Amino acid sequence: MNTPVAFSLRVNASPLKGAKPAPRQSRLRGFLGSRGIASLALALLGSVSAPSFAQDKPWSNMGRDATPAEVKAWDIDVRPDFKGLPAGAGSVSLGETVWEGKCASCHGTFGESNEVFTPLIGGTTKDDIKTGRVKGLEEGKSIVPQKTTIMKVATVSTLFDYINRAMPWNAPKTLKTDEVYGVLAYLLSLAEVVPADFTLSDKNIAEVQKRMPNRNGMVFHEPLWKANGKGDVKNVACMKNCAVDPVVHSSLPAFARDAHGNIAEQNRIIGPVRGADTTRPAPQGPVGSAPAPKAVVVAAAAPAGGDVKGLLATNACTACHGVKNKIVGPGFNEIAAKHKGRADLEAYLAGKIKTGGSGVWGSVPMPPQDQLNEADARTIAQWIAAGAR
Amino acid sequence: MSKDLSDVIGRVLPAPEHFLSPEKLEQARKARRRFMGTALAMGAGVAASAGAATRAMAAEGEDAILKLPEHSTGLGQSVVTDGYGKPSKWEANLQRRQSPGLTRVNQASVSFTPLQGLFGIITPSGLHFERHHQGWWDIDPSKHRLMVNGLVKRQRVFTMDDLMRLPSVSRIHFIECGANSATEWGNVAVPTVQYTHGMVSCSEFTGVLLSTLLEMCGVDKKAAKYVLAEGADGSSMTRTIDIERAMDDCIVAWAMNGEMLRPENGYPLRLVVPGVQGVSWVKYLRRIEVGDQKYAAKDEAVHYIDHMPDGTHRQYTGIQETKSVITTPSGSQTLLDKGYYNVTGLAWSGRGTIKRVDVSVDGGRNWRTARIEGPVLPKALTRFNIDWVWDGKPAILQSRAIDSTGYVQPKINQLRAVRGTRSVYHQNAIQSWLVSENGEVSNVQVY
Repeated sequence: MNTPVAFSLRVNASPLKGAKPAPRQSRLRGFLGSRGIASLALALLGSVSAPSFAQDKPWSNMGRDATPAEVKAWDIDVRPDFKGLPAGAGSVSLGETVWEGKCASCHGTFGESNEVFTPLIGGTTKDDIKTGRVKGLEEGKSIVPQKTTIMKVATVSTLFDYINRAMPWNAPKTLKTDEVYGVLAYLLSLAEVVPADFTLSDKNIAEVQKRMPNRNGMVFHEPLWKANGKGDVKNVACMKNCAVDPVVHSSLPAFARDAHGNIAEQNRIIGPVRGADTTRPAPQGPVGSAPAPKAVVVAAAAPAGGDVKGLLATNACTACHGVKNKIVGPGFNEIAAKHKGRADLEAYLAGKIKTGGSGVWGSVPMPPQDQLNEADARTIAQWIAAGAR
Repeated sequence: MSKDLSDVIGRVLPAPEHFLSPEKLEQARKARRRFMGTALAMGAGVAASAGAATRAMAAEGEDAILKLPEHSTGLGQSVVTDGYGKPSKWEANLQRRQSPGLTRVNQASVSFTPLQGLFGIITPSGLHFERHHQGWWDIDPSKHRLMVNGLVKRQRVFTMDDLMRLPSVSRIHFIECGANSATEWGNVAVPTVQYTHGMVSCSEFTGVLLSTLLEMCGVDKKAAKYVLAEGADGSSMTRTIDIERAMDDCIVAWAMNGEMLRPENGYPLRLVVPGVQGVSWVKYLRRIEVGDQKYAAKDEAVHYIDHMPDGTHRQYTGIQETKSVITTPSGSQTLLDKGYYNVTGLAWSGRGTIKRVDVSVDGGRNWRTARIEGPVLPKALTRFNIDWVWDGKPAILQSRAIDSTGYVQPKINQLRAVRGTRSVYHQNAIQSWLVSENGEVSNVQVY
C-alpha cells in the first residue's frame, strides 16, 4: 500500500525475521528492565533455558507431511486442461438413469427446470456449437426463461468438477466416477453437444470441449483481477452545478410497499428515524402532520417444530417441500391431509422418506434419503402424520 | 454491654457476629427484623403518596423523570444471567433477513446485514451477512485439517492446534458479496439499504498469513502462478487466487472480532482475501493447492462473471471497486421532523483506502465533502458523517466515494454504458435516496 493511510493495522508478516542472537546477559537485562535485578537473573539462568529467538522462522516445521493417500482423497479438482481428471467413462443412458433418480427432482427431467435452481440446459443452438459463442447472450437478444448454465459455461471441466464435488445437492461426493461421466454426458446430450448414444470418458473429453457452445465466450480483463489495476468505468468528482438528468428514472411501485414486510419492524425504535409503517399507505401530509410510526419490537420468531425443522433443513427436505405449499414435491401438510386416517401412516411415510419414489404426487421422483437414520426418518414421519404443524 | 441489645438497634455498633454469644446474636436478629418491618411499612406509605403527587404534578414535567421507573427502585438481574450476552430485547428489530424475491432454497441463499441500524465500521458477528451454497455446518475443530499441496516442496497437513500456534495477524477488512446491489442493475427493486447493500460486513480477522503457510511448505516461487482455495463443506467451494495476492495480504483466519469465527462464517477456518468478493473467502477452508493455471471452478466460470453487452462474460473480475452508501437516512426510513440530521454512511474500496466521500442532497447537482470518522484502513469499511438541515422539501441524498487510487465511484448510467444492463455482479454505483415531504425515504435511481 503506497498510498497515504491515516491509520493502519498492518503488521510485519514475520516479526522475528532476521533477529540476531544477542548475548545472553544483555537480552535478559532487556527482559527484566534496566534496573538489573542480578539475583533474579541468576536464578532464571539456573532454571530456564535461554529464549531461542535466533532461529529464522522457528515455526517452520509446524504441521506434518501429507500422505499420498490423503492428497489423493482431497485433491479432486479438475482444471480446464483436464489435470486432475480421473479415468473413467459413462454413457448418456447411464447418466439418464442416475439423473432420474438423483437430479431430476431439482433440475427437471431435461435440466430445464427453473423451480428450485436456475435452469441448466436451454438457450443454445447448433450454430453456437459451431462458433463457440452463444448468440442469445448478446444485448437485445431475449433470454428465455433466463440464462442457463450451458449458455454461460466455457469449459467442460467446470461441469465435471462441480458435479463430482458438490452433487447431488443433498448428498455431495457420493456419485461414482463413471456416474459423473454419465450425468455429464446426459446433460451434454440434452444440449446436443454430444449424440444420444455417446459415452463420455477421460479419453474423449478434450474433443467434447471443442463443441462447447460458449467456449469462446469468456474474456479475461486483468485490471479487475489485479489489486493494482484500473477501473473500467470513469466518473469525475464534479462539486458544483453538475449535469444531472432531473428525472427519477426508477422507483418502487406502490404495490411493492410491503413486499419486504413491515419496515417499521426492521428499524430501531429510537434515534433520528424510524422504519416506515409499510402495512399502511404512505402518509399524505407533510412531515409531522401524521403521528410517527408506532414503535414496535418484534423478536425473530423461533423456528417452530423444534428438532423436526432442524432435520428438515439439514437434510434439504425443505428444498423441495414447503410446510403448506408444493415446491417440487407436495407440501408436508398436503401429505398429511391426503393420507388422513391411514393406520400405518408413520411407517409408510418413514419408508417413503428412506426409499424415495414417484407416482403418488406426479412423475417427478423423490430421491431416496439414505443419509437419514431410522430414528430421524421416523421423527419426520411422525411430524408429518400429526399434521405437519 | 449491660443494656438489652434491642434498645440500641439503629445506632452504629460493631457487627454483633464478631463478639456476641449465639443467644445474644439471636436476640439481636429478632430486634433487627422488628425494626425492618416498621421501616418497610413506612416506605410503602411514602411510595403511595409519591405516586399521587406525580399524577398531580404531571404538568411540571415528564413521567419518565418524575415517576421513578422500576429499574431505579428495584433490584436488577444477577451476573451471568446469560453466559454469552445478547443484545437488548429492544434491539430485536435489527436482524439478518432474507429478501423474499431472492430465496428459492434456504440452504443456497443469502441473508442481509441491517446496515440501517449499525454504527462505526465493525459489523456485530451475529449480524454478519450470510451466503451459503449448500448449507452451513458447525464443524468439530479438533477434526478439522488444512492441507497444502501442489507446487510446493512439502505437501503438508495442519491441525487447528498447529495453525493457532503460528505467528498471527489481526486486521480489519470488509467482505462484500460480488452480487451485493445486484438487484439494482436494471431498476430499483428493493426498499431498504439492508437489501440494496446488506451483503457487506466488516470485521477484525485473526489468523496466519497465507504467505507464512506457503513459505513453510516451500512454495515453488518460479512455477507457482495461482492457488486454489477449497472448502470442506458439501459444496467444497473452490476459487482461484493469483500467487501475488496469496503472498501479499491473504489470511487463513480462525477468529473474527475477538472470538472464533461463527459457524455461519466458516468456523473453524476461513480464507480472508482482502478487497476481493466474498466468494473467494472460502469458508471451512480445508485445502490450498498451488498451481500454474487458473481453475475455472463453477463459481468463477458460471457465476461471479460480468455479462458484457457484446455477449461475452468477463471471468475472474474479483475486485470490489470503490463504493459507498448513506445508511441513515435510507430507504423506507421515516424522518420524524424537519431540522438537523447527521447524515451517515459507509464507504469502502477493494483497492486501498477511502480518500474522500462527497454527499449531495440535491440529487447530484451540488456536493459537499463529508467528515471521515476515523479509522481509515485499507480494504475496510470507512464511516462518514455530514451535517444536514432538512427544510421539509423533497431532497435526494447521494454519497460518492473516492479511493486512494483516485477512482471515483460511478453513477449507474456510467456503469451501464460500459457493462450493459444484464450483468449481475459488481454493481458499485452511487445510491440515491429520495426524502419526500411526508418524511419517508425511498429508493430511487437518479443520474
